[in-house]
Amino acid sequence: MAGIIGYGVFIPRFRIKVEEIARVWGKDAARVSSGLGIKEKAVAAFDEDSATIAVEASRNAIESSGVNPDDIGAVFVGSESKPYAVKPTATIVGDAVGASPVMTAADFEFACKAGTTGIQTCMGMVDSGMIKVGLAVGSDTAQGRPNDALEFSAGSGGAAFLIGNDKPIALIEDTYSFTTDTPDFWRRQHAEFPRHAGRFTAEPAYFRHVLSAAEGLLKKIGKKANDFDHVVFHQPNGKFPQAAAKKLGVDAEKIKTGLLTPMIGNTYSGAAMVGLAAVLDVAKPNDEVLVVSYGSGAGSDAFSIKVTKEIEKKRSKPSVQELVAEKEYIDYALYVKHRQKLKALGD
Amino acid sequence: MRDALPLIWRKIPERYTLLGSHCNNCKTDYFPQRTICPHCRSKGKLVDKQMPREGKVYSFTEVHSGPAGFQHETPYFLAIIELPNKVKVLSQLVDSSKDKVKVGAPVKMVFRRIFADGAEGVIAYGFKFKVVN
Repeated sequence: MAGIIGYGVFIPRFRIKVEEIARVWGKDAARVSSGLGIKEKAVAAFDEDSATIAVEASRNAIESSGVNPDDIGAVFVGSESKPYAVKPTATIVGDAVGASPVMTAADFEFACKAGTTGIQTCMGMVDSGMIKVGLAVGSDTAQGRPNDALEFSAGSGGAAFLIGNDKPIALIEDTYSFTTDTPDFWRRQHAEFPRHAGRFTAEPAYFRHVLSAAEGLLKKIGKKANDFDHVVFHQPNGKFPQAAAKKLGVDAEKIKTGLLTPMIGNTYSGAAMVGLAAVLDVAKPNDEVLVVSYGSGAGSDAFSIKVTKEIEKKRSKPSVQELVAEKEYIDYALYVKHRQKLKALGD
Repeated sequence: MRDALPLIWRKIPERYTLLGSHCNNCKTDYFPQRTICPHCRSKGKLVDKQMPREGKVYSFTEVHSGPAGFQHETPYFLAIIELPNKVKVLSQLVDSSKDKVKVGAPVKMVFRRIFADGAEGVIAYGFKFKVVN
């Protein structure tokens, strides 16, 4: 199967602490923070959106891997916070990275897993010989309604993966998806903020799909979850991935490298992909990685990935941990300004 | 609405990728693009060339009274960036704390929103620069 030939990440610089959001709404900050397993989240500035994040992540992927942008035959951007309701972000990315005009492109939407579906699409196109290299991006500036539980977790960030056959840094050995119609989280047409079904988002939604996709893949390839060196789950908060690891018998240590939500929040379409990027930043040749994304609505894509010796030459710069460390704290008032929640302001 | 669509579309190569010009006769780089080399005139041979994406602050100012569309961004830094090929580019500086914005500070290009043509119009994206360590 096609492999990963490059990757890149972008995380905006601003952070807001959970305790600052809790202060505004009169919540017990320590309780919220430990309940969600989140300390702070990344916040996109007024001039950042899922398109600018997608471009920055894609440029980091291309520059770090040395892939020729002319070889990119497909660009797919997964997001649930598109700057345009109608007009592709993928064309902005294509032009900005120099892959245009001879390429196909589209935006994917599947809550938090559209980016990994982009990876699967690129794999199919590469393996069939339709394209030489595909660019799959997961990027979001996630929206949380003020004083909603999501406001504590909805972060901003993204990751880009170049899929191809030429000297892969990691081989995608197999992929398996589990998808049903499960309305646990949604945003209706013209609605500004998503709605969610509270606790319903856990057992019948996140856990059913993540565990089924993981178990389906493991059965297909004849492995156990704990056989992998690193495991990355979709991370809507800091707690769900830990519970998923426990249910699959994965050592708690193995999910640590790929668990970024406690420090940057849930980057939605970017979440599992940023986690995988963080693993690739430190992985050794022959390390095996299990990645399971999750998108509400609902579905999971599971991947079995094996790192090659090419990783030593093409680790992405800046690294995920460098991006996590580069931060500037803002208070709730500046958060409201940057995320354009002040409706009286006008244009 | 500024009805700025033609301008926004025409400037995409320049704003997205710092696409400038290079004269194959006198080997000089230009940004923004030129149709005629001012040194070589009719003997000039201009071709497209992407400018380097890293440079240093040549001069800067802090804007406290922004024009329409930028009034909510104040105060912000506007800088002349000198690239390694001596080309100078006018750009906003973002993600740069006040104490780091100095003449000679190293900067790199980032991709940001420049402005939106009203709430329903097209969004202009392009380069800004940030100070790097």
